[in-house]
Amino acid sequence: MSPAEETAIRTSARNGWLLSLPALVLLIGAAAGPLLIVLVYSFLSSGQYGGVIWEFSTNGWRGILWSKDIFTEEWVLADAHLTIFWRSVSLSLLTTIFTFILGFPTAWFIATRPPQQRAMWLFLITIPFWTNLLIRTYAINEVLRKEGLVNLVLLKLGVIETPLDMLYGPFAIFVGMTYVYLPLMVLPLFAAIDRFDMKLLEAGYDLYASRWQVLRRVILPIVKPGIIAGSILVFVPSLGAYVTPRVLGGGKQMMIGNFIELQFLQGKNWPLGAALSMLLLIIVTVALLVYVRYANRDASHG
Amino acid sequence: MAERSFHVARLPGFATMAVAVFLALYLPIFTLVAYSFNASVSVAVWGGFSLDWYAKAWANTQVKDATMRSLIIACFAAAISTVVATMAALGTTRRRAFRGQTFIYVMINQPLMVPEIVTAVALMILFGVIKQATGIHGLGYLVLAHSAFCIPFAYLPIRARLEGMDNALETAAADLYATPWQTFRRVTLPLLAPGMVAGAMLAFVISLDDVVITEFVKSGGEDTLPTYMLGQLRRQMTPEINAVSTMLLAVTVVLLTAFFLLTRKKD
Repeated sequence: MSPAEETAIRTSARNGWLLSLPALVLLIGAAAGPLLIVLVYSFLSSGQYGGVIWEFSTNGWRGILWSKDIFTEEWVLADAHLTIFWRSVSLSLLTTIFTFILGFPTAWFIATRPPQQRAMWLFLITIPFWTNLLIRTYAINEVLRKEGLVNLVLLKLGVIETPLDMLYGPFAIFVGMTYVYLPLMVLPLFAAIDRFDMKLLEAGYDLYASRWQVLRRVILPIVKPGIIAGSILVFVPSLGAYVTPRVLGGGKQMMIGNFIELQFLQGKNWPLGAALSMLLLIIVTVALLVYVRYANRDASHG
Repeated sequence: MAERSFHVARLPGFATMAVAVFLALYLPIFTLVAYSFNASVSVAVWGGFSLDWYAKAWANTQVKDATMRSLIIACFAAAISTVVATMAALGTTRRRAFRGQTFIYVMINQPLMVPEIVTAVALMILFGVIKQATGIHGLGYLVLAHSAFCIPFAYLPIRARLEGMDNALETAAADLYATPWQTFRRVTLPLLAPGMVAGAMLAFVISLDDVVITEFVKSGGEDTLPTYMLGQLRRQMTPEINAVSTMLLAVTVVLLTAFFLLTRKKD
């Protein structure tokens, strides 16, 4: 390589950095950087009326699983916290599974439309995706309430005699999250199915495979990267959900997101809130790393 | 359509289920919109068509103020994030891979990966400290926060546009003795414009819709439309909320349709 070329490469790299700098400053200052403060706060002592005292303490992290008995000052396992974690994880998993069950046929349907129609169907999936999460959650609230559409139809059909009480609880949260996160499952599934070579189906059927066998042995293994991408895109925001459980859980049925808020507002235990935020961040990062590793391994295999 | 006549790609029940999913996606939204035109005070009974709730929402100063605030923040956030995202896109595409490029990508996409509640808490702490130390208050904090998380949304369409652009025109301009700045101003920028408009629109929608980060960063009396609605949902619900939601929904749908048409024209 000639010196001139080397200089050109170096200038190009420098310009790349300089052009990206304003975005980086904004992102580090108002998005990534503040996460470090949360990490620091998780190792400080709790102030009496919220805030922190600048003394090192691991009580924030310990408080995730244990709580201090007010009278005996002993640390005991906090059942209430475990209930919240279990609710968060189980509802997020259920949401992921159900968005897949509903999303796969939908993505398949879109991908097998004639090309001119495909953009229209995709657009119909993306509109709810870009629509305000709060509005969509509120719409589910409208449908599930006592006088809502579901009860109205079931009553008219004579399936039930008294309106079902579906709102404010894990069921409503689950329905709400499935509704709001469904597009996040459909879009990556569509991308994977769109690349799928339909000739493989012919080959499968020619070799006397049943429809079920073709689905299980041919389609699903090939679109697996899409399934994993969709599952992570749904699971991650579900686990950190704040709006949906707040609106549909009725205040008592918290998930981790609401539990974190509680520590900063009423609970006055900022280090615990900070530690919970870090825990959530760690779980999400691990999920993403697993995905990246899987995606890379998949790419290297062809 | 040889494939279709063989029914190879048909899987039994899939089409029915997909249509059901589309219905289920849109029915709740339609119900919400329908009830905004309900004459009855009760959310339970249909009392005929009326625009009363829109009039009520329009007369509500809280709604008006929140709307103004939302629009101001969204305009600033869209403008700022589009400018810095355009620069970043120019810096990270169409050049030899350089050291630290992955770091830049990770940073740009970071707002998409970190749970909103965690960023919200982090910004609440940071801005709280700054507010206390400097005594400076105002919407600037919300604009900063929104500008940051809008960057990846503005970046994606701009980068896509850049990658699809032909280098030849810029080379031609340089051959004709245009200065780098003239080339950028007269050739690159006009070609890039549709991508920038698309990016700005996405950023605008994302800022307009944000609930969680705004809810934690805002000071008293700084409600945006979504946080105002969240506060109302806790109390009693009247079709006024439906009317506000419908208006917000209309803005989103109009912008998205424009985005859809804008990015489609390309091919």
